This record gives sequence, structure tokens and C-alpha cells, in this order.
Amino acid sequence: MAKVIVVTSGKGGVGKTTTSAAFAAGLALRGHKTVVIDFDVGLRNLDLVMGCERRVVFDFINVINGDANLNQALIKDKRHDNLFIFPTSQTRDKNALKREGVDRVMEELKQQFEYIVCDSPAGIEHGAITALYFADSAIIVTNPEVSSVRDSDRIIGILASKSRRAERNDPPVDVHLLLTRYDPARVAKGEMLAVDDVKEILSIPLLGVIPESESVLRASNTGTPVVFDEDSPAGRAYLDAVARFLGEQREMRFVKPERRNIFRALFGRA
Amino acid sequence: MGFFRSLFQPRRSSASIAKERLKIVLAHERASSRAPDFLPMMQKELLAVVARYVEISEDMIRVTLGNSGDTSLLEINIEIEGGKLKKGGNAALSPA
Repeated sequence: MAKVIVVTSGKGGVGKTTTSAAFAAGLALRGHKTVVIDFDVGLRNLDLVMGCERRVVFDFINVINGDANLNQALIKDKRHDNLFIFPTSQTRDKNALKREGVDRVMEELKQQFEYIVCDSPAGIEHGAITALYFADSAIIVTNPEVSSVRDSDRIIGILASKSRRAERNDPPVDVHLLLTRYDPARVAKGEMLAVDDVKEILSIPLLGVIPESESVLRASNTGTPVVFDEDSPAGRAYLDAVARFLGEQREMRFVKPERRNIFRALFGRA
Repeated sequence: MGFFRSLFQPRRSSASIAKERLKIVLAHERASSRAPDFLPMMQKELLAVVARYVEISEDMIRVTLGNSGDTSLLEINIEIEGGKLKKGGNAALSPA
């Protein structure tokens, strides 16, 4: 049975698209046929982060409106056979996301894929609500910072009341906390909320901690999901999170300050 | 003085201030998001009734629905500035 995963946060700029790209690529690397959909109509960026911006012909809205069929719009990733990108429209607005149309497209995707990763727009308006409506699981992307934590709490509340699972009284959406841009050195100095603090405040299970890392910008610069960078701590942290999502037990890495290593300082990359 | 205080009394970390502030604001927001729809209406009607007897403005009444153990608690707070009662006897008999 196909599973729909929404990547959401309420707040913008916390790493939803980076996470959607990395998580979808991570699921594909683990052998699962996965599609990642951009729900940010009018402000599409998943195509850039995935490095397929020049291959977009038809989009999500074209398929909803019946102007193109699904297989014309899906873009097969060049790095991995299990990975597909479903771009959205850059010219339309969020109102083009008609719920019945989205429902129809999702049902069609479920026939072809094991995992459907939905990259939500920021906010709590129509676009974000539509992105989370069909979710079976949710990844709440949060930065260790007050406004992000507050917005995450709000979106968790919305998942519990406005998702289809909530409307139908089905078992609730399975929510996971993913803490991104974490800086263990600043946490140790008392300058940043610790992972346990955020976990305690939001009281949802922790899926992973992604350390602040130069490799994330490098990945988006080049249009490569960060999990394909084997040297990247963020990439490895995302792969751990994917493994946990699939039911494996893995110890949390990158939550303690790194010891200074003279060789890495001289020759290595972050 | 400030120097000595900073020497002997370590400043609270900004992270712990953040945690405290978040806990308070979220406790409040979670309670109000669970509040039934009739609360604002009830607050308005209560205000109208109280205003017949006492000089009161809109921001002086607060209605919250909370929990205390296994019982729900409807809390109505009305602030009366210096107990300004309205003149003219029993206002209830001559509603505005």
C-alpha cells in the first residue's frame, strides 16, 4: 500500500524542500519507488533543488486540469531509477490546487509508487492545507529557534484537525519531528535550543537531527539531493532519518560538538 | 555592582529563556485552539450584561476554558477599575 508523506513546517525557510529532496532520494536509495511532488504552486523550487529544472514540460496543475497525463509530467531522476520528480506550475497560484483533482492524481500515483513525498509550501493557507490533507505520515521540519518551534506546534494541531484522516476519524497522521540546521557547539554554549528541549515542547517522536552543514548549500547550488554527497554529515543524517522512518533503530549522530581534528581542519570539508 | 553580579551570578542562557517562553506561549495557544466556538459570543454577551451595572470596557473581560485534573474549568475574569458602579439604581429594570 502506497504511503503519502507530507514535509511541512508552517514557517518558511527551515528546509522543507531540501528535506523533501533528500528524503525522497534516500527512500529511492533504499530500494523504494518514490515520487516527490512540489505543492508550492507559483513558487516552485523542487525542480531546482533536484537539478531537473530544464526538463520540466508539463506540471502538476496541467495534470489536475487534464491538459497532460501523469506520465508526461513525471520526470525520472538521472541518478536513480527509483526516483521521480513531479514539478508544479510556476505561473499559476495555489487556487489551482482543486481538492478533487489532487485526490484523483494522488490515487493514480498510488498505483505506481511506494512512497509519495509532498513538499508543502510555507504557511497555513490553501496550498499547505492541500499538501497535508492526503497525508499518512508527516515530517515536521523544525529549526531550533522560537518562531519555527511555535509554527511547528500550530501545523501539528492542523494535521490533527484538518487532514483527511482527521475528517474521516481514521487513525491519525503519523507525525515525526525532524530538527534541521542544528549546531551542537552553540547548543553546548546555551545559545541554541537543544534537541531534547524541542522534543519536550512539541512532544512528538524524533525522526532525526540534521546538523548545520556547508554541504546543504553546496547540494542546492548543484541541484543534487544532499544524500548523494557521501562526505556530507547532513546527507548521512538524512539517510539515518530515512532508515528510522523504515523502522530501523539508529543512534542519533551529530548532536554533540565535534572534537577538533587537526587533519580535518587542514584538509577536510565540512 | 553590575560587574560583581555578573561575576557571581552566571547569566541565564538564552536557550533556556527561549524554552521557558515557548512553553508558556504554547500552553496558552493550545488551550485557546481547543476552545469551543461559542466562547467569543459568550464573552460578548457577558460583557453586555455586566456593562449594564458596571463601567467596563471590552478588554476587561477574559473567558477561558481550561482543565484542572479531570474536570473542565470555565474561567471568567472581569476586571473592574476602582469599582465604578453605574448610577441610577437598578439598571436591570431599565435596560439600555
